[in-house]
Amino acid sequence: MSEPTAAPAAPASAGKPRSLWQDTWDILKHRKIFWISFALLIMFLVMAAFPSLFTSKSPEYATLAKSMEPPSSDAWFGYDLQGRDVFARTIYGARTSIIVGVLATVGTVLLGGVVGVIAAYRGRWLDSLLSRIGEIFLGVPYVLGAIIILGSVAPVQSNPGKTMIMTVVIVVLAVLGWPVLARIARSAVIQAKHQDYVQAARALGAGPFRIVFKHLLPNSLAPILVYATITVGSYIGAEATLSLLGIGLRTPVISWGIAIADHTRYIRTGAHAMLFPAAFLSLCVLTFVMLGEAVRDALDPKLR
Amino acid sequence: MTEVLPESKSSNGTYGGALLEVDNLHVEFHTRAGVAKAVNGVTYSVNAGETLAVLGESGSGKSVTAQTIMGILDMPPGKIANGEIRFRGTDLLKLPEEERRKVRGEGIAMIFQDALSALNPVFPVGWQIAEMFRIHRGMSRADAKKKAIELMDRVRIPAAKERVSDYPHQFSGGMRQRIMIAMSIALDPEVLIADEPTTALDVTVQAQIMELLAELQRESNMGLILITHDLGVVADVADKIAVMYGGRIVENAEVHDLYRNPAHPYAKGLLESIPRVDLKGQELYAIKGMPPNLLDMPTGCAFHPRCPYRQEKCVTDVPPLHTISGTRGSACHFWREVLDGDAQ
Repeated sequence: MSEPTAAPAAPASAGKPRSLWQDTWDILKHRKIFWISFALLIMFLVMAAFPSLFTSKSPEYATLAKSMEPPSSDAWFGYDLQGRDVFARTIYGARTSIIVGVLATVGTVLLGGVVGVIAAYRGRWLDSLLSRIGEIFLGVPYVLGAIIILGSVAPVQSNPGKTMIMTVVIVVLAVLGWPVLARIARSAVIQAKHQDYVQAARALGAGPFRIVFKHLLPNSLAPILVYATITVGSYIGAEATLSLLGIGLRTPVISWGIAIADHTRYIRTGAHAMLFPAAFLSLCVLTFVMLGEAVRDALDPKLR
Repeated sequence: MTEVLPESKSSNGTYGGALLEVDNLHVEFHTRAGVAKAVNGVTYSVNAGETLAVLGESGSGKSVTAQTIMGILDMPPGKIANGEIRFRGTDLLKLPEEERRKVRGEGIAMIFQDALSALNPVFPVGWQIAEMFRIHRGMSRADAKKKAIELMDRVRIPAAKERVSDYPHQFSGGMRQRIMIAMSIALDPEVLIADEPTTALDVTVQAQIMELLAELQRESNMGLILITHDLGVVADVADKIAVMYGGRIVENAEVHDLYRNPAHPYAKGLLESIPRVDLKGQELYAIKGMPPNLLDMPTGCAFHPRCPYRQEKCVTDVPPLHTISGTRGSACHFWREVLDGDAQ
């Protein structure tokens, strides 16, 4: 019984080590939808970081004489009500939308993730308590909740600064959105918690900190990541909704939502001022949703 | 672990200086359907260099006892109703969690039945072994990795150096169990609990793993608790056997005594239900009936509904663990008849 130990398994790994993420990447590499959404994502990110690469015009510069002029070779997307270049404003609007979407998602992941992991790991009454609190937040209709919070913090008549109003909108989105992520994190962690490797880690002397960060979190990351990606898209849409209602971002800020809100009344006479920002908004939301779905499909072994 | 803790009264008892002693352990599970008494007064001990086989069918309480020793039992619904677990004379059940954690891995380590699920799927195996050194010994990454390769060599994983950065699912079942063993012996524990280490493996690999465990034990003089339901696995490696049924130990014996002449009807039934070449063609003996329902234990002896030696006394009186000779014991009112019957 001494030498045949080598018999089974020796040739099992022909090639490089394979982790879940490497497998996922190998699948993503061959997915058209991933590359399309990835390319769009890069485009939007560059647009947000360096808008001046796309247009040399100022989004603030207004020529009232050109108000609502339709698209032309001079201004591809035409002019808006104030006579500002719609193309420039659409390009510059990407930054706001992406900042709001990404930061609100980061807030959601942090808040929901911490609550979900604590609820799942500690369990018992704390789990019940945190889950019920989450359900209370979940029970508040999204738009209604946002109207109430934004209406009291930054009423329609008030004139808050750019950073201020963006912060408020980001916080509102995260505060109203965290319970879904907490649920996802909770269920993923509960699933991981009962795996033998967590028991084994405990049996070999790992403390709670190590178990959470080395065993539970890495094994719960996939569903959280997928949901977060899709959430960026839906938050960008939500930001536009709030702006449209006049309680979200306001005029000194340049955003797609505001552009849509400002021009809904002119949809018959000058649809371009609303349609172009709306198209970019849809495309951006679609990008994140597609990316999230591509990653989800690649991570889910059942769909392979 | 070197400090000598104030000796409790009981640790000076009959077992003297046994390395690990489980003393009258009672564990129950509080469920909606009632209280399931999974472990009812289990007592066993293991010394350095000794192998104790804990034998029993599913639900007999053997794994719960092991989990209680490790302190990894899920505490609700589980509850330790009574008993002590003494490691070097210290009652582990009274230690604060911090102290207890130090015992895990360094004092007592455990390997599990299914090594694939007992290894973290998102980290390479070498990393997981190296973690043991990094947490407990504060080694640098490079040193820990070197030690991990050494350990993988020691448990005879071929081409250890090339395979350190492979992931658990890239190994075969036997190799995974070797990695699990490597992790558990990383810190030179004094007691190793192996919870059905070979059940998930095929027969040839089983023998290799048992051989490896026995060899590692010889090298480091560990105490080994081997939990199994496979009598075949036990015979070669174990020194003594504790047979469990319905959360109790029904027979305690040196391995050869039990195989030659079991003193409890359950142990006897188990031995008779091993297929034998010389009885080929005859119907294989099976113990009739079902394992007891832990929520509703039979009165008296838990084995009485299935026992061929049953008398009225068995239905009413719980048999104590009768001492037969020395360390040998049988929890049967009629152990003499069982022994005699076998001698015929």
